[in-house]
Amino acid sequence: MPRPLEPVSQGTRVVLGISFFVLFFAAWAFATLGGFVSRTFLADPITMVQDGWLLLTRFGFMSDIGVTVWRVVGGFVLASVIAVPLGIMMGAYKSFEAFLEPFVSFARYLPASAFVPLLILWAGIGEMQKLLVIFIGSVFQIILMVAVAVGNTRRDLVEAAYTLGSSDRSVVRRVLIPANAPEIAEILRLVLGWAWTYVIVAELIGSSSGIGHMIIDSQALLATGQMIFGIIVIGVIGLISDFLFKALNRSLFPWRLA
Amino acid sequence: MTGTILQIDSVSRVFPGVRGGTPVRALEPTNLQVAENDFITILGPSGCGKSTLLRIVAGLDRPSGGRVLLNGREIKGPGADRGMVFQSYTLFPWLTIAENIAYGLREKGMPKSQRQDIVASYTEKVGLRGFENHYPKQLSGGMQQRTAIARALANDPAILLLDEPFGALDNQTRGLMQELLLGIWERERKTVLFVTHDIEEAIFLASRVVVMSARPGRIKADISVELPHPRHYTMKTTPEFSALKAQLTEEIRHEALEADVAH
Ligand SMILES: Nc1ncnc2c1ncn2[C@@H]1O[C@H](COP(=O)(O)OP(=O)(O)OP(=O)(O)O)[C@@H](O)[C@H]1O
Ligand SMILES: [Mg+2]
Repeated sequence: MPRPLEPVSQGTRVVLGISFFVLFFAAWAFATLGGFVSRTFLADPITMVQDGWLLLTRFGFMSDIGVTVWRVVGGFVLASVIAVPLGIMMGAYKSFEAFLEPFVSFARYLPASAFVPLLILWAGIGEMQKLLVIFIGSVFQIILMVAVAVGNTRRDLVEAAYTLGSSDRSVVRRVLIPANAPEIAEILRLVLGWAWTYVIVAELIGSSSGIGHMIIDSQALLATGQMIFGIIVIGVIGLISDFLFKALNRSLFPWRLA
Repeated sequence: MTGTILQIDSVSRVFPGVRGGTPVRALEPTNLQVAENDFITILGPSGCGKSTLLRIVAGLDRPSGGRVLLNGREIKGPGADRGMVFQSYTLFPWLTIAENIAYGLREKGMPKSQRQDIVASYTEKVGLRGFENHYPKQLSGGMQQRTAIARALANDPAILLLDEPFGALDNQTRGLMQELLLGIWERERKTVLFVTHDIEEAIFLASRVVVMSARPGRIKADISVELPHPRHYTMKTTPEFSALKAQLTEEIRHEALEADVAH
């Protein structure tokens, strides 16, 4: 038995990680190909791959993927650009926090998906509406989490900066922001993951393109292979973006690992 | 003897009670005059208000009564004219050692070429050549505190405040750091206010030892140390040193006993 908290080698890590995927697929293949589950409800892995290949080569699924990625990134960037500065301000200035925090805490619990019908009314079914769903889903979360991170900055570092001659403004610029930059990047990585769930919801209703739209279309045809392929594609893209984000954070903040 | 640089004028501090409890009188009205180029150590048992006094001088805390004058001007808040080294490690973890030392200079808007010269000279003085591009995490506690001293000194403050800077270090390192700091002081004669609860450290470094009493904190004795400079660690075993140590031990012991009776 391994000891609690004992680290494992990189090689073991990769092998263990992959073996769960293998196990998962094996169980799925066993259940479907072995005839334990009706094909109408759950396609087997082989059909799924065939359907996926057809989607990619014949039905232009690539452009659906592109559209969805664009929506996620667009809405998420929009939310980040507004939320990160607001969060920093809230964390740094307590009066600002007292002013905004109650509202943001309330708004955070408004489910983004519940806004879809309303947003269709306001913004139609164009791209704007999709971006807004993601924006609403992400912006309040980012604001609050960034504010908490900045508010928890080590006081002694702030005091040290003051005794070295920092002004109030430069404490924000040269201590609060760099001290919390890695954590803010971590927050963005987390929220980006959530943004993926909002975009699919937005695409399930009133959409003519995107991964979510393809899934809804496939439902009408009972093409479970296609639906599952769509879901897996989302997972894979999420995994890739997560990986890229982590690599970027590592290279941006070497002092964290030093 | 040169003029007074720092004047602590019946400074007191009362912390409000926690959840309606009785307020804590951390510091009774305290007077202290610091002459230019003096090395003053403030010696006292834990909780007697040493940090409180130093933080008020630094401008990080406000006195409940009284005032502090630096070169005749009342202190209203923290500033670059009073460098501070804390007991905890307060280097900025996202900056390299060189960037940490240059922090205050950058705040002043000093051009880069000039900054580099000063940083190089202070890395040299605290013996950190070759570590300029390391991050604080990659350094031992002693090295981090040396960097913190260099960071404060590079700013060329009028007075240097140190709050038990070597408290977390082992005995050997602590001894070396004392010599290093004293060496710098012997060369530059910067005015220093140094807080400690270690009697030997207080005598070895100081030209004046100020003894504080236990709660509520106030100054109990003010003893000048006439040991010659430059001082070497072997001085700690001389009869003069031992006599001072015995005297201060008695002062503090007396203090602790009195505090005991009062409670
Ligand atoms: N922010 C605060 N709020 C309430 N009480 C405080 C606060 N800071 C300090 N005190 C109280 O003031 C007294 C003096 O504290 P101070 O930190 O100045 O002691 P010290 O002499 O530096 O002790 P040590 O040697 O352990 O660092 C203590 O009794 C402490 O409980
Ligand atoms: Mg203290």
